[in-house]
Amino acid sequence: MRAWIERQRCLIDFSVANLGRRKARNLGLLGAYILLVFLLASVVLYGDALRREARLLLADAPDIVVQRLSAGRHDLIAADRLDALRALRGVRRADGRLWGYHYDPTLAANTTLQVPLVNPPGPGETVLGATLARARGLNPGDTLALRGDDGAIRAFRITGLLSSASELVSADLMLVNEADYRAFFGIPAGFYTDLALTVGNPAEAGKIAEKILTRQPGSRVILKDEMRRTYDAVFNWRQGLLLTFLGTVLAAFALLAWDKASGLSAEERREIGILKAIGWETGDVMRMKFWEGALLSTCAFLAGYVLAYLHVFHGGGALFEPILKGWSVLYPKFTLTPQIDLMQLASLFFLSVLPYTAATLAPVWRAATLDPDEVMRE
Amino acid sequence: MIELSSVDKTYNAGKANEYRAGRGVDLRIKPGRVTALRGPSGSGKTTLLGLIGGLTRPSSGRVRLDGRDISALPERFLTELRRATFGFVFQQFQLIRGLSVLENVMLPAAPTGEPHRQVVERAMDLLGQLDLADRADTPCQRLSGGEAQRVAIARALINDPPILIADEPTAHLDSALSLQILAILGELRAQGRTLIVSSHDPLVFDAGLVEHIVDLRDGRVVAEQ
Ligand SMILES: Nc1ncnc2c1ncn2[C@@H]1O[C@H](COP(=O)(O)OP(=O)(O)O)[C@@H](O)[C@H]1O
Ligand SMILES: [Mg+2]
Repeated sequence: MRAWIERQRCLIDFSVANLGRRKARNLGLLGAYILLVFLLASVVLYGDALRREARLLLADAPDIVVQRLSAGRHDLIAADRLDALRALRGVRRADGRLWGYHYDPTLAANTTLQVPLVNPPGPGETVLGATLARARGLNPGDTLALRGDDGAIRAFRITGLLSSASELVSADLMLVNEADYRAFFGIPAGFYTDLALTVGNPAEAGKIAEKILTRQPGSRVILKDEMRRTYDAVFNWRQGLLLTFLGTVLAAFALLAWDKASGLSAEERREIGILKAIGWETGDVMRMKFWEGALLSTCAFLAGYVLAYLHVFHGGGALFEPILKGWSVLYPKFTLTPQIDLMQLASLFFLSVLPYTAATLAPVWRAATLDPDEVMRE
Repeated sequence: MIELSSVDKTYNAGKANEYRAGRGVDLRIKPGRVTALRGPSGSGKTTLLGLIGGLTRPSSGRVRLDGRDISALPERFLTELRRATFGFVFQQFQLIRGLSVLENVMLPAAPTGEPHRQVVERAMDLLGQLDLADRADTPCQRLSGGEAQRVAIARALINDPPILIADEPTAHLDSALSLQILAILGELRAQGRTLIVSSHDPLVFDAGLVEHIVDLRDGRVVAEQ
């Protein structure tokens, strides 16, 4: 065991010295490699993070949302419909929801005002989403003044920030109490933005939705399941597109590596011959070359992954935002919650390290199985 | 004791450029002595050294080391045996460019699994004996011919082999440097090592170092003394 370790150590020492010898070539290769891993890892991290955000977003969503349509547009819905809905078999709960958008000229973006079903803030108070607070430079205790739909300015004292596992969920959210909400938007009592249903058995949601449509024509019914599928489809499609593109780049890079390696230079062949002649076995040569390839690609992997991590979770995925996040206008700036998935890390590692190492080893093997007496002739 | 019996070596067998570089060679090399293969360029000296040292296998015939037939050994065992038995000094030095003198000297020890520190110590020791201690960190391509040849000798000795094989060790050196190398070979002989060299340099044969001369011509042994 000790001898084995010493041996690997010597081989690694030699691999490092070897990498240092062709600095320009190896640095160029390393750079290209890092860039590739960076792009690949960015897409994967970004896509996964978005999907996770969306899942969290939907986790709290009601099983069924009922809206009233008027001339094909979403309109206020009367509270007396709630009783009819509660009477439906399989419906466990029905609540009226109040929410709406307020265009904020300072941010040039929409803020979502919402009345939470539980623990609403007191009168004149608000709880803000962290992203929104950050964007406006506000802290708890500060006051936020907004011009309501009636033109009057209303002040809200910030009593807290939303600390959600998902920033996407709470990014632009502003929680207020019902009276403040109705005054701000001028919505009379007895009307809601829409109605949220909780069902006893989610599998029955589809059937209940059909019943609602027949009993209350002119409604729009949105199922949580459908929303989930829509989100996933959108993300999968976009991510698939990018991955295909990157796959092509990856293949090109593999070809390049293969080409470089299979055309072992006369110098490299000579060196392999020398090593064999002075007592290295084919296996030793392979191990040394393996370490060489593994060191290079592991360095590239680590650097590329760390850069991608910073890019996605601290740089907001600036490079991909326009492609992967269709609704970027709504969220001028939000931070994805950092997370590392071991499975994903491992597959990225193998995807980036194995092909290169294998590609370099194949031609070396051919050279290393030659008779060592070649070096004796010149 | 190394014994060659009816050894043939044919390059490119069966092809238009087939060449028989060794023809029916019978040879016995005794331990602890200095043997020299002598002959003009192309007479098969390098080929024969390769056969003796197990770098290549005969096309027919046998090569025995202490009675053991090495021509039939699988690669792994042959390599191990070679590493433990022979040190090689190639005609063109064959140092690895870009690596330092010390790294080059340590190369043959890398696959042995011997502790690193121990190998470094022995390498520095050898470099000291060969007057190269201050060149340890120099990249090989910066060495002069005489220095490169001594580094090649140090590398051949790092695993402390009983037999040293040197292919035309003075071919690229002027007389003064050649004499220096011959002096080193004399010391190795005095340490009890078996030396097998090839040469057509009269200086080598006039130095009184060689005890056994094998004359080669067209791949055949034509005389021995
Ligand atoms: N790999 C090879 N393929 C074909 N011919 C070879 C090969 N190696 C050596 N030869 C030929 O074998 C002959 C003997 O070569 P060599 O052993 O190098 O002689 P020397 O070392 O005495 O100059 C030469 O004519 C050389 O051209
Ligand atoms: Mg020769």
